[in-house]
Amino acid sequence: MTFITANWNPLGEAFYRKSELYEMCWNLRDGLRDCLVAAAPYGGPIALLREPVRRSPSSRPQLEIYSASGVSIASFPWKSGPVVHLGWTRHFSMGQEVVQSQVLEAKVFHSPYGTGVAIVTGSSRFIMATNIDDLKLRRLPEVPGLQGKPSCWVVLNQDRQTKVLLSTGSELYILDNTSCTAVSLPGLAPQGGSIVHMSVSFSYKYLAVLTDSGHLWTGPSHLQDKMSEVDTKKLTPPKQMVWCRRPKSQQPSVVLMWDRLLMVVGVCQDTIQFPTEDQCVLVGEMDGVRIISSTNQELLQEVPLVCQEIFKIASMAPGALLLEAHREYEKSSQKADEYLREIKEQSMLGEAVSQCIEAAGHEYDPNTQKSLMRAASFGKCFLTDFSPGQFVTTCRELRVLNSVRESSVGLPLTHTQFKQMTLQVLIDRLVYRQFYPLAIEMCRYLKIPDYQGVSRVLKHWASCKVQQKDLSDEAIARAMCAKVGDSPGVSYSDIAAKAYECGRTELAIKLLDFEARSGEQVPLLLKMKRSQLALSKAVESGDTDLVYTVVTYLKNEMNRGDFFMTLRNQPVALSLYRQFCKLQEQETLKDLYNQDDDHKELANYYVTASYREKRLESRLSLLQSAVDEYNKAKNEFSAKATEEEMRLLRFQRKLDDEKGAGLLELSLQATMEALLALGLYKQAEQLYRDFRVPDKRYWWLKLKSLAEKEEWDELEKFSKSKKSPIGYLAFVEVCMKSNNKYEAKKYVSKVTPEQRVKAHLAISDLDGAADAAIERKNDSEIATVLSRCSAADRLLIERLNRASTAKK
Amino acid sequence: MSPLDRIANVSTLKQHEVDKLYKVEHKPVVSTSDQLCFLIRPRIQTVKWICDVANADKAAGRFRRYKIIFTPRKFYACEAMLEEQGIFGEVTTDEWSFCLLPLDDDVISMELPEFFRDNFLAGDQRWVRTAGSALHLLHSLYGPFSKLYGIGRCSKMAYESWREQVEEGEQTARRAEIGKVFLIDRDVDFVTPLCSQVVYEGLVDDIFRIKCGCVEFGPDVTSSDKSLKVMLNSQDKVFNEIRNEHFSNVFGFLSQKARNLQGAYDKRRGMDIKQMKAFVSEELKGLKQEHRLLSMHIGASESIMKKKTKQDFQELLKTEHSLLEGFEIRESISFLEEHISRQVSMMESLRLLCLLSITENGLLPKDYRSLKAQYLQSYGADHLLTFSNLRQAGLLAEQPAGEALSAMESKVGKLVNDKTAGKLTDAFSSLARKSNFRALSRKLNLVPKSDEEYDLRVPRDMAYIFSGAYVLLSCKLVEQVLERDGWTGMDEVTRLLNGHEFAVTGSSGADARTQGDARRVVLVMFLGGCTFSEISALRFLGREKGYKFIVVTTAITNSSRLIESLLGNQI
Repeated sequence: MTFITANWNPLGEAFYRKSELYEMCWNLRDGLRDCLVAAAPYGGPIALLREPVRRSPSSRPQLEIYSASGVSIASFPWKSGPVVHLGWTRHFSMGQEVVQSQVLEAKVFHSPYGTGVAIVTGSSRFIMATNIDDLKLRRLPEVPGLQGKPSCWVVLNQDRQTKVLLSTGSELYILDNTSCTAVSLPGLAPQGGSIVHMSVSFSYKYLAVLTDSGHLWTGPSHLQDKMSEVDTKKLTPPKQMVWCRRPKSQQPSVVLMWDRLLMVVGVCQDTIQFPTEDQCVLVGEMDGVRIISSTNQELLQEVPLVCQEIFKIASMAPGALLLEAHREYEKSSQKADEYLREIKEQSMLGEAVSQCIEAAGHEYDPNTQKSLMRAASFGKCFLTDFSPGQFVTTCRELRVLNSVRESSVGLPLTHTQFKQMTLQVLIDRLVYRQFYPLAIEMCRYLKIPDYQGVSRVLKHWASCKVQQKDLSDEAIARAMCAKVGDSPGVSYSDIAAKAYECGRTELAIKLLDFEARSGEQVPLLLKMKRSQLALSKAVESGDTDLVYTVVTYLKNEMNRGDFFMTLRNQPVALSLYRQFCKLQEQETLKDLYNQDDDHKELANYYVTASYREKRLESRLSLLQSAVDEYNKAKNEFSAKATEEEMRLLRFQRKLDDEKGAGLLELSLQATMEALLALGLYKQAEQLYRDFRVPDKRYWWLKLKSLAEKEEWDELEKFSKSKKSPIGYLAFVEVCMKSNNKYEAKKYVSKVTPEQRVKAHLAISDLDGAADAAIERKNDSEIATVLSRCSAADRLLIERLNRASTAKK
Repeated sequence: MSPLDRIANVSTLKQHEVDKLYKVEHKPVVSTSDQLCFLIRPRIQTVKWICDVANADKAAGRFRRYKIIFTPRKFYACEAMLEEQGIFGEVTTDEWSFCLLPLDDDVISMELPEFFRDNFLAGDQRWVRTAGSALHLLHSLYGPFSKLYGIGRCSKMAYESWREQVEEGEQTARRAEIGKVFLIDRDVDFVTPLCSQVVYEGLVDDIFRIKCGCVEFGPDVTSSDKSLKVMLNSQDKVFNEIRNEHFSNVFGFLSQKARNLQGAYDKRRGMDIKQMKAFVSEELKGLKQEHRLLSMHIGASESIMKKKTKQDFQELLKTEHSLLEGFEIRESISFLEEHISRQVSMMESLRLLCLLSITENGLLPKDYRSLKAQYLQSYGADHLLTFSNLRQAGLLAEQPAGEALSAMESKVGKLVNDKTAGKLTDAFSSLARKSNFRALSRKLNLVPKSDEEYDLRVPRDMAYIFSGAYVLLSCKLVEQVLERDGWTGMDEVTRLLNGHEFAVTGSSGADARTQGDARRVVLVMFLGGCTFSEISALRFLGREKGYKFIVVTTAITNSSRLIESLLGNQI
């Protein structure tokens, strides 16, 4: 295994290694000379602008974008003015003020608040935006004595504040929102000289400062302390200076780059020097530095502690022993057992397995990964209670990492970066690069819930697909249906909206057909002016609110006739609209019924309207309209009833005028009652005849009315006027209700035999009741009488009992 | 009592700095408060009132902040109203998706009485989704359901809405606490809610009107000069034992109870000090409580007796029973005529008229006309609209002149297996809205033979709910479908009920997760309201067949509420 440590260079206690990531696929004629280069962190793409300073106003430099492995992604001519600095952000504009003042220098920086930009203007002022998604430009205070641009500057992120640290050569200032403070570096030797270069670490925690005498000062960025000071013995300023550290770094360092030399300066004062042949660009990462040249790309990093322990020559760490044991085992050598025993004796086997797994994560070469994982798996066999979780996760993640590291994809992520960046972001990045199949494979392989995984990828794919102008609507719709199917979380209406945005209405409609939830289709259909379709989809959805929305929309869009016709074909929408009209637009309701020739509803409408009307004349005319409509609806009954109502109203009006009877609005029955109560018998009689009131009703009415007024003579006369249609028991009962037994008695004899017992009982005439019951020889009647007898009626009881038994 | 009282009463609201409570009405709000909060049902009319209040304030130069909370949901039409009235910007709105109010251990009400009129009269389906959401809420709390059955158009739509919501939401595996669900539309069975209730709880509702599980007994019940609001639920031990009893048994039960109570009191005699102390601290309070409840229910029963044992009530019941049996129809019609012409009761007359129409499959044209004419004479011509509504809702129908339609229909009916023929009958049934009660009654054996004695103290089936004269159609359907695990073998019945039946298995694997007791828990959801008689019947059925029924309803209804909601002279 010696070759693993072949590229290791000691730096203090630790080791640094420089391993190749890619042979660059690009073919740059002039290398990286005269180029502005910006590479995004986390293995991101590289932007390249040739000859940023124009030779002639007419030459248009080309802005080219490559993947980290040098595969061309995009390329377009740069049309705007000269470029000062290249950095990765999202699209934004800094506004007029910046345009007017010349930009001398710019820096793009990333912080927990997003991506920010800081610039130095021609008037030597700093302008900063901490988050370009929420663009707020801040002009920082003036720096005393600054002419032109400062000799060097960096953006710091401290105490949740973004500050600028700048040097004018000898002086060092910190610029924050409100003040400009002069500071000094603690412990910097006085002969150090003026500052020519500064660099802040990836996490903003550390600062490196290089002076013109070649002294490199390092310390925490809050400037309270010093970590080290190293004399690089180089007097020319380096081209680039970048921190190289990793989380839990043992031996952080600063990488300085000159034309033909790369120097790694450790805080421990040790240095490593690498000669370089080509123009290079350094890209700081959270756990190392990427070195991009025109031919290849390398990763310089401190060897992680766990890898050191395993691979260091003659290491006795448990992981190293396990790796050795496994190697011997593969050779079928009994030495395997010895190594294993040794680990076990120290009861470090669990530790050994963990070490191997962790180290595998940090290794870039698949073969090394494999041998480490195999060793871990081998060690695991001898453990009974080792949780397989770590092993399985690392295996999966390594597979994912190896596949995105492929040159064709070109995402040289380390395991540490991957963990920091999260899988979600990785998938998003793949999707933006349009590696759909790979992203889907990955989601499936890592068993991410569809909603967050496959569906999200498909959504992106679909909205990208609809933009392919060269494919027919039919083909796209078919492809869409085949790929997306009914994956949960993919909304066809969203895709359709995208298609519509791209001007493909027909395609949008086709796609909407796949949308299962009809409610989702409606807003877009309305937007596309397919209102009829929108209405039927809204009805289908069962969401009345949606139906209502469409109805209101249609009402404003269409002319009235068309609108009504449309509603007519949609009963659900129609009844909703009617409900609304009943409360809001009575007139529209009428038009609606008219349009449908719905005479019955129209008539009901007039009747309802008539009750809201105070004046009798208008009321009558509304009722007349109702009569006409009822007739048209062939509803003779209602027509007649309404006509009678009109007649009654006129009659009431007349009597109200003549006698002040207060009859209006009363029902026929109540009118008659009122008339009888007023003693207007003749008028009551007239109503009885005119409105063909049934005899029974009239008799009851008059009977009750007379009894209430205690006009007993009148009542007797009435009873004799003709044969009572309601019988005479009613007379008995009504009299008794007025507690007039005397009058009641008069009618008992007239009662039919069937009711005679009841009549006698009603006036509490037990003897009479008994006689009647016995005469009729009716058992149940006899029993009824018996039940009313009390102990005092002994004789009567005997008589009844006798009659009862005699019958048997 | 209003639903709000059951959730947050006045003192709770005052604790949260509510200054004063008003009923939302069409009149100005007299208050010094500069903030008004309206908690309303999403009715356009109510929103209009609020607009008037706000606009009046504006005209008077008064600045107030307004907040409208719509429950159970906001409707677009309401917001459109605010916009139209020009106060959309000045009002903040919110939604309180409150859709289930537990009235008792086994009764949950959505407290949406307007569901019935909106859905079954106006054809406005706005509440269907709310019903689906209510079911979804229960599903997410106590599901998954192993099986769902239902009958009726609205049930089917509510089921579909529920299904959609389940598919949209996230699934969580849980132990199911509800086994099966049965959904039923009110218009499947109009007969049951039209009958006079004679089981204690139903009677109390018919006479005193139970609102939100609470009844107000007047002075004639409390035998004092004050009215008393009482919660009626299973917490009331006396009520719990008599609520499902036929009224004829209630007095016997109450007097037995009184004797027991006296016995418990009498234990005091011959106690020593220590026993007495224990008695006072442990039993006396319970006894006193029971005593109070007992005297209240005795008071209520007496009041009911006074009203219901009169001759005319007996005759009313007799008429109802003959209508259900289909005997002596002419006598029933004469009874009804007299009932109308003597103006016994506006509502009762309509109720009998509807019952007659439904049990007889529509009235003969002659009777239809004369009864209506009589009614208009008694109560005014504005009831033309009431009749129009009753007809629309399918409660009142005229038999078509001649038997042409029925003959054709019966012919088509024989070919019912044929799909197109099925559609044809559909068309016919929507034309005439036939109730087919008589045929259903025969098929399902709803009316027991009248010559057999029925001992109401020992009920043998659900018929005891109506004095042994009628088995509730709705509950019979529940029983049959549960027994058959679906609608198999009931083709004829569903055809007579105008179809729209369904039986589906719930979410996959729900069956496996439903264990033991939960399998026997059945949720019965009434869309358009259910009566206390139906709840009592289901409780009886549950005891007999070992089910535990949970009733969910859009509202508690009875004959008067049903008919009131269809009266024509309201907007």
